[in-house]
This record gives sequence, structure tokens and C-alpha cells, in this order.
Amino acid sequence: MSTVTADTTAQLAEFRRETRAWLQAHCPAEMRQPMTSEDDVCWGGRHAQFSSPAQRQWLQVMAAQGWTVPTWPQAYGGAGLNAEQAQILAQEMRALGCRSPLNSFGIWMLGPALLQFGTEDQKREHLPPIARGEIRWCQGYSEPNAGSDLASLATRAEDRGDHFIVNGQKIWTSYANHADWIFCLVRTDAAHKHTGISFVLFDMASPGVSTQPIVLISGKSPFCETFFDNVRVEKRNLVGPQGGGWDVAKYLLGHERAMIGSIGDREAAKPIGQQAADALGLDASGRLRDPLLRAQLAQFACDEAAFRLAMQRAADLGRAQQAHPAMPSMLKYYGAELNKRRWELMMAIGGSDALEWESDRSGHGHVARTWLRTKANSIEGGTSEVQLNVIAKRILELPNV
Amino acid sequence: MDRTFFMPLILTEEQAMLRDSARAFLAEQAPVSQLRALRDSADPDGFSHTLWQGFAEMGFTGVLVPESHGGLGLGPVEAGVVMDGIGHQLCASPLLASSLVAVTALRQAGSAAQQQHWLPLLASAQAIATLAVDEGRKHTAQQFSTRATPQGEGWQLDGAKTLVLDGHVADVLIVAARVGDDPARTGLFLVSPQTPGVTVERTVMVDAHNAARVQLDAVQLGADAVLGTVEAGGPALAAALNVGRAAVAAELLGLADEVFDRTVQYLKDRRQFGKRIGEFQALQHRAAHLYTELQISHAASLKAQQALERDVTGATDAVALAKARAGQTATLAVQEAVQMHGGMGMTDALELGFFMKRARVLQELWGDSHFHLDALAQRQGY
Repeated sequence: MSTVTADTTAQLAEFRRETRAWLQAHCPAEMRQPMTSEDDVCWGGRHAQFSSPAQRQWLQVMAAQGWTVPTWPQAYGGAGLNAEQAQILAQEMRALGCRSPLNSFGIWMLGPALLQFGTEDQKREHLPPIARGEIRWCQGYSEPNAGSDLASLATRAEDRGDHFIVNGQKIWTSYANHADWIFCLVRTDAAHKHTGISFVLFDMASPGVSTQPIVLISGKSPFCETFFDNVRVEKRNLVGPQGGGWDVAKYLLGHERAMIGSIGDREAAKPIGQQAADALGLDASGRLRDPLLRAQLAQFACDEAAFRLAMQRAADLGRAQQAHPAMPSMLKYYGAELNKRRWELMMAIGGSDALEWESDRSGHGHVARTWLRTKANSIEGGTSEVQLNVIAKRILELPNV
Repeated sequence: MDRTFFMPLILTEEQAMLRDSARAFLAEQAPVSQLRALRDSADPDGFSHTLWQGFAEMGFTGVLVPESHGGLGLGPVEAGVVMDGIGHQLCASPLLASSLVAVTALRQAGSAAQQQHWLPLLASAQAIATLAVDEGRKHTAQQFSTRATPQGEGWQLDGAKTLVLDGHVADVLIVAARVGDDPARTGLFLVSPQTPGVTVERTVMVDAHNAARVQLDAVQLGADAVLGTVEAGGPALAAALNVGRAAVAAELLGLADEVFDRTVQYLKDRRQFGKRIGEFQALQHRAAHLYTELQISHAASLKAQQALERDVTGATDAVALAKARAGQTATLAVQEAVQMHGGMGMTDALELGFFMKRARVLQELWGDSHFHLDALAQRQGY
């Protein structure tokens, strides 16, 4: 989305030159190495623990440039770049191998919501600390009784004049035990399902907030249960009108689905068929010894290659303004199912080696843990069944019950 | 696959216009009822000559022929657009066999004189040419039993071919034969069906489209019967088959789209149990799943057409992907169409049966999904 005027080719070329020069001068060598562990990811926050001085420095210089949030207005900590400039920055970073300086739900989720629905005061209070990586956010949406039917959420916010008192519980809150603040959907009116929901912000250090990490079948996870026991939330932290929270949530759900849909797109180091050949060997005719596994691999490889082309086509259609807005549902559905198939095959290829759970040899059970974790791909971000509902209703226009 | 190939995976404006005009023309000139009439009347030629001339006037028959030889000088994407339209209406014609596959073989291997003679005739629908390739019940890689043995200055051809599209109405057969003892050495030979020793048996097929078995018994040919040179035969055949497979994939997906659209409409119209059956979630989910598979196969199909446009001999993987996907998706589409239409879907009166039957033939043609998945796996090293 261009801001003022479209840049000329010459201006963009100059911007590319300047960007490349700046990155070369300011990106520490260590920040150009590929990330190899969770520690290499920088989430920022009040209690941020940087894995090295270089990681801290990289965040600081990029934040000072406004390049942690390049397209945000400068007043809020961004650089005010237009779409072409932002793409150039991304390309130059990729070309040099620069890591992202900051991972942040504040950037990906809350920021767009505040820019769209927030007051000027809210933008000035919350956006700059997000941009600088000083405040780390988590998302309070799902509840034990409100998953696919998110709008049935029951965490209650009682109106006390200039503040709310919040009671209830959230689940699947990623990194809640590390977060500084939370953006949360709460019920301000029990009589109206969708229009009784409000979108509020509050400090995780507030009295009455507690968290409990959730262990998954794949082992430790960033997910938490989050409990609210008479938590005070100031009215000035209400984003959008009271009862307007569902509109904010819908706006953000579109972003989230597009992100998760790209799961199936991660290009493996080696095509899976070749991984199988390396691990299991070939017979005299140059084929895998197990013809049934071979057939499944061939089918998977075909479907994955076609899916990548479909992703490319969806992007091309989007640029040409010919894409159906519900396309992300189709891609998320297929991509998630594809990823589960991939890891079933990886387990088959791994045999008993892949069944180890804790050894160094197995990378602490990397294959088995990933296989299990992928079972959530068809559940999180809108289940496969919900995606099919969306396709049926919005694209095929099949009747509502 | 070529990593530098970044053409957008969408039709250009001109291609989209061709798609719209082809669809309108075909819907008006050759709806499915025409195929039904050809079948029911046991039409001896198996296609409408009026429609065939109409194809020539529209430029379809010359889509791949260079302008210098009387064609439109377009490419596999435009051919795919026309085939998609044909898939929607199930138009029986020699277009696939003659205008696309045979033309490609001629352009790849033919001598200047052969191209000069044949291409204008094919482009204007004054002649029909067809490839004679398969020899058994399943398509296999180039390993032919049909032999071409040098005989003086010329050749002798011996063998038997199956599934020769439009074989009984062709003016010339392009026969693939092994030359000498090396099974990989393939020559393409121009054979008039009138030549002594050539027997063409028309086979009435499940899809009411033309096909024939051809027997070759000591067929004597001149030196100029070789399409170009013997060495050119293998690569030319590979290119022609790839063009054919990509075109088949396009027809399969046009056919699949048509039955899908009809089925979704039926879900909205048909009432049982006091509801429109489209309200039932089970059917909604199956329709949404099929929609997803269709979109994914369409991407692979267009990619194959674009890859062929860039390099007609180097697009084998892209084409295999498209053909494998299109066969599987169309199979699912026709299956779901009949099932969701209930008892009516099983009647000959409803047109769905024609689509199911055509899909089965197209799935088999020039390698079914198994063939292409296996070939892809082999080329990937497992």
C-alpha cells in the first residue's frame, strides 16, 4: 500500500543501494548466520534475555532505523516505507542472510489492530514499545469452552465505570508466561453473543493474572493456560467500541490464517524421495524396496509440488486483484493436511531411529516430536473442518443451515 | 524444474479473451447433446464435419502451426484454453490428435518439404493426421515392438498399434517404430492408411470418441516416409506426447469444472427432507474439498503449458505432474458428481455419464496417473 506517491525506478534503485550499504555496515556478522535453535529467536520484552551482544545490538540498530516495523508510520516507531520499499528491504535482508531482528505478536497481530481500530493515544502508548521490542505481547482468545466457536467465549469483564474487572480463563496463549502485556477478548454483555465481546489490553503483571504452561503430546510447548482472578483493566485500554471486539478479532483472523497457510511451503533440504533413498537404499532397478512406501512418497511429492504452484498462483491472482478473499482458507486447509502427510512419511522413513525420544543421535526426538506437533496444524488457526465450511459458504455459496 | 521461470501463473488478457470466445463458440456450436447424437446415430466418421470446419475458421486447428504455414502461431497455453472449453462441452473432433499432437511431431522432426506439405493442410482442416504409438493395454515408455526394417531404399513396417485416436478418419498415420536392434532407437514414419498391409479397425469406445487399432503387415514405404530423420524420431515423439498430455490435462480439468459446477448447482436446487441437500454439512465438506483439489490441479496444468511454451522438450516433469493431477482430480469430480446426483446421476438421460466416460479415456491416454507418478519418482532417484 503506497503512502504518498509511487517512487520512480531511479528512486527505488537508489533506495536499494542505500539499504544494502546500511545493512552491510550495521548487521553484525553473527546475525547473518542461519538460526539453529530457539535461542536465536529474539522476542524482546521487559525481561528479554539476549543470546549475545550481537543479537541485542541488531535489535537496537534496526529499531532505531524503524525497520522492525518498516511500513508503520514514523510517529509510531516505523520507517513509513511503502510496499515496494518494504519489499526491497526484505529482499536485501534475505540476500545478505540477515535474521529478522524481532519476533513479536505485537508486530504481527496487535499492531495492525491498533492501526485500524486504536485511538491516537493508544497508538502512541503501545506501538513504539512494540517497535523497539521493549514490550512483549501475548494473545488471549481461545478458552477451554470456546475453541472453534470462539464467539461463545465467557471470560467476563464487568463494567465498573472507569475500569473493568475481568474474571475467567484463556487457553493456547503462546508464551503467556514470558509476555509483558496481553490483548484479550472479553465478554462485556452476556445477552448478546457477538456484539457482547470487547477487545482489551492489560499488563500481565497486574494482580490476579497467572499462567500455567501446557505440555503437548510432542513435549514442551510455548502454549499456556492463563487465569484472570478479579483483574482490573482500565477503560482507556479498550480498543474499538465496547461490544466491537468481534470486528477487531475477525480483522486479525485473516492475518493469522494467511501466516499458518504457508506451513506446507517450507522447502526441505532434500526432496523427501531422495531422503528415503539415502536412508533406506534402493533395489537393483534403482527403486525403493518398499513399493507401497514408494507410491505414497510419489503421490505426496506430486501433491506438494502442485500445492506450491497453487500458492504461487494464489499470490499472482492476488496481485492481479483476481483472487477470492476466502483463498487463504483453501490453502490453509490443504497445506496443513499436506504437512501431516509429510511427517507420517518421515516417520515411516525413519523407522525405529525416529522412535527415539531423548538421545543426541535422534536430535532429542526431533522427528517424532515434529510428527506429533504437526497434528495441531489442522486444528490451530481454524480447524480443517472450519476451513471447509468457509470454502463451502463463501466460495461455493452453499446454503446456511 | 527451472528455478528462473517466474511468469505469473495466470492467463494473459489475450488468453483470457480467447478462453471466453472459445467457450461461447463451443457452447453454441457443440454442446454435449451433439456428442449424444453422434453416439446414438452411430455416425460413421464419429465427428461433425460442420464443427470441424468451424474449428478451422476459428483458427483452432492452426493454433500450433506457424503463421508461415497458415496457422495462428500460438502456443500450448492457447491450445490449453481451447481444450478446456472442449472439456466443458465434450466436443468430439480430431483437434487433439491432429492439430496438436501430429502438428507437434511434424514441427519437431519433419523436413522442410514435409512441413511445407502437411502443416497447411492440417491447419486448414483439409487433412487429418494422427500418431500411432501404443501397442498394449497400458502406455509404456518408448520401447516398441513395431519394427521398421530397411528395405532397399525404403522401409518395411511390421507391428500393431492400439488406441490410435481418429485412426479410421485419418489421412496419414504417424507411426512410431523401433529402427534396428537398439530398443531406444525410435523413428516416426508417415503412413497412408491406404497402403497395402495397413488394416485400420475402428473401435467404438466407452466415451463415443474416435479410436482405432492399426495392424501393419509388411507395409512397404519409400525412403521419404521417415519423418525427418530416424534420429529425430525419439525427441519428436517425446515432445508430441508432452504436448498431448498437457492438452489432455486441460480437457480433463475443463470436464471436471463442468461436472463440479453442475453438481454445486444441484446441491442448491435439489430438495429432500424439507431442505436443499446443499445444507447438509457432509456434502458441503466434500464439495469444498473437491474445489480445493481442482484449484491445485489447475495451477499444475497452467504451469505445464507455460513450461512447454518455453521448452517443448524440457517440460517433461511439469507435464507429468499436470497429467497425474488432472487424471486424479477429474476421476474424483465425476465420481462425486454421479454420487451426489443420486439415482438421476446413473441415468443415460442425464449428461453426467458422458463426462465420466470421457474422463476415464483421458486418464488412460498417454500414461495414467500411476505411469506419471512412477516416472517422476524414477527421475527423482527413487
